[in-house]
Amino acid sequence: MIEVKNISKSFNKNKVLKNVNVDFEPGKVSMVIGKSGSGKTVLLKSIIGLHKPEEGKIFFDSREFINANIKFKRQIREEIGMVFQGGALFTSLTVEDNVRFALDLFSNKTKAEKKKRVDFCLERVDMQGSNDLFPAEISGGMQKRVSIARAIVLNPKYLFCDEPNSGLDPQTAIIIDKLIREITLEYNITTIVNTHDMNSVMEIADNIYFINDGQKWWNGGRDDIFHSDNIELNDFVFASELYKKIKDVSK
Amino acid sequence: MFTVVGKYLVLMGNVFTKPVRGSIFFKRILDEIEQIGVDSLWIVSIVSIFMGAVLTLQVAINFEAPYIPKYLIGLSARDTMILEFSSTIICLILAGKVGSNIASEIGTMRITEQIDALEIMGVNSANYLILPKMIAAFVTFPILNILSIILGIFGGFVVATFADTVTVYDYLYGLNYAFVPFYVTYSLIKICVFSVIITSVSSFYGYYTSGGALEVGKSSTKAVVYSIILVLLFNLILTQVLLT
Ligand SMILES: Nc1ncnc2c1ncn2[C@@H]1O[C@H](COP(=O)(O)OP(=O)(O)OP(=O)(O)O)[C@@H](O)[C@H]1O
Ligand SMILES: [Mg+2]
Repeated sequence: MIEVKNISKSFNKNKVLKNVNVDFEPGKVSMVIGKSGSGKTVLLKSIIGLHKPEEGKIFFDSREFINANIKFKRQIREEIGMVFQGGALFTSLTVEDNVRFALDLFSNKTKAEKKKRVDFCLERVDMQGSNDLFPAEISGGMQKRVSIARAIVLNPKYLFCDEPNSGLDPQTAIIIDKLIREITLEYNITTIVNTHDMNSVMEIADNIYFINDGQKWWNGGRDDIFHSDNIELNDFVFASELYKKIKDVSK
Repeated sequence: MFTVVGKYLVLMGNVFTKPVRGSIFFKRILDEIEQIGVDSLWIVSIVSIFMGAVLTLQVAINFEAPYIPKYLIGLSARDTMILEFSSTIICLILAGKVGSNIASEIGTMRITEQIDALEIMGVNSANYLILPKMIAAFVTFPILNILSIILGIFGGFVVATFADTVTVYDYLYGLNYAFVPFYVTYSLIKICVFSVIITSVSSFYGYYTSGGALEVGKSSTKAVVYSIILVLLFNLILTQVLLT
């Protein structure tokens, strides 16, 4: 369980997050949606401490994080997996070395066990056999998948994904979405996913948080989203013709 | 100015901490020794041989008056190489090569969120990325220094062999004349200090890059410029402290 209490974050004069309160539950996929530039990435990075909020508190299973000392922060971070918006694979390492990286640093597994775990994770994201390639040698979508493999290699308690399926074709996107959901349920992970892809929301979201103007504008479940009368949410959700039609039909 | 120095000191505080796992740290150092030291061998060698040769030639031409003893040619080639060239000038060249390389590598890792990824895994990114570079330079620069002295003197020897302004005998006699072993120590002390300056300053500018590819280029330029200025400044200070 991650509790976000009253977080505010600004850059110079630009107030990006304004008193955001959210709780993310274990074993559930929580999705943060909102327009481009609404502050989704900033929220995610504030939660894991890459940005320091001016105000507010964050608790990882009741452990206060923002004001914790760096040693304690690093301990908590070993329990965190993160998929960055741009992948952020280590360009100087092969796919296999990228995925194995955290294992080498933080686990006491033998070489063979590590290899097995790496292969297992790569297989989960359908990237088996690309062990020896470098990030520059695989496509953007493949980099995302490797990035997910890297994030789950240590069986994280908390998984953060910043637009994990942007830049992927619809089929692969669904595979990735399902994968995220499966591992969330399987290992009881507290999973937070940023997206502006309504398909993924409908596919896997347990809880939905709509961020608008730096605030938590709306939250609810998958079924509530079509029946809300929140204007900004409707503008966001029913931006495409397809979803407009779905709304008409469901009426 | 003071905030920059403060930021630099905070970064160095993070750099000098205990690495998570020794074996990985050791491997990182070996990688960096290859990148920073081994890859600089050729440029140091070429520059040293040619400079040694030219120095000897210049001195020989200018010392043609009969009342100046010929052994001064070898002596001056030797001392110039040891005192200034193989430490200071080589480091100005390495500031350009190694410094820009470090700043752009770390800067690119910053803007592509690779450093964030390290931090999120619970890795002290400053320690993981920067300390191996500093150690690698600290270990390899003195070797480059000695190599440069030897090759520079060899360059002079080649000139003595082929040019008629100076004989091999005079040159060798000069090399052995009034040799002060402390000059080599002085040179080694200097290059060790410069190695720390170049690697830490370049890492600093790379680490605090923000923005895009353009900013990586700017960081890289800053890294080289400030490394050079600091090397020159510390050259003056160390000479004052060690030789007078
Ligand atoms: N490091 C930063 N420095 C200054 N401003 C920033 C920084 N990071 C983000 N911002 C600003 O914060 C706002 C929110 O950005 P953010 O990246 O969180 O958007 P987002 O919701 O993730 O958008 P997208 O869907 O396009 O990824 C933007 O106005 C952006 O300019
Ligand atoms: Mg974003």
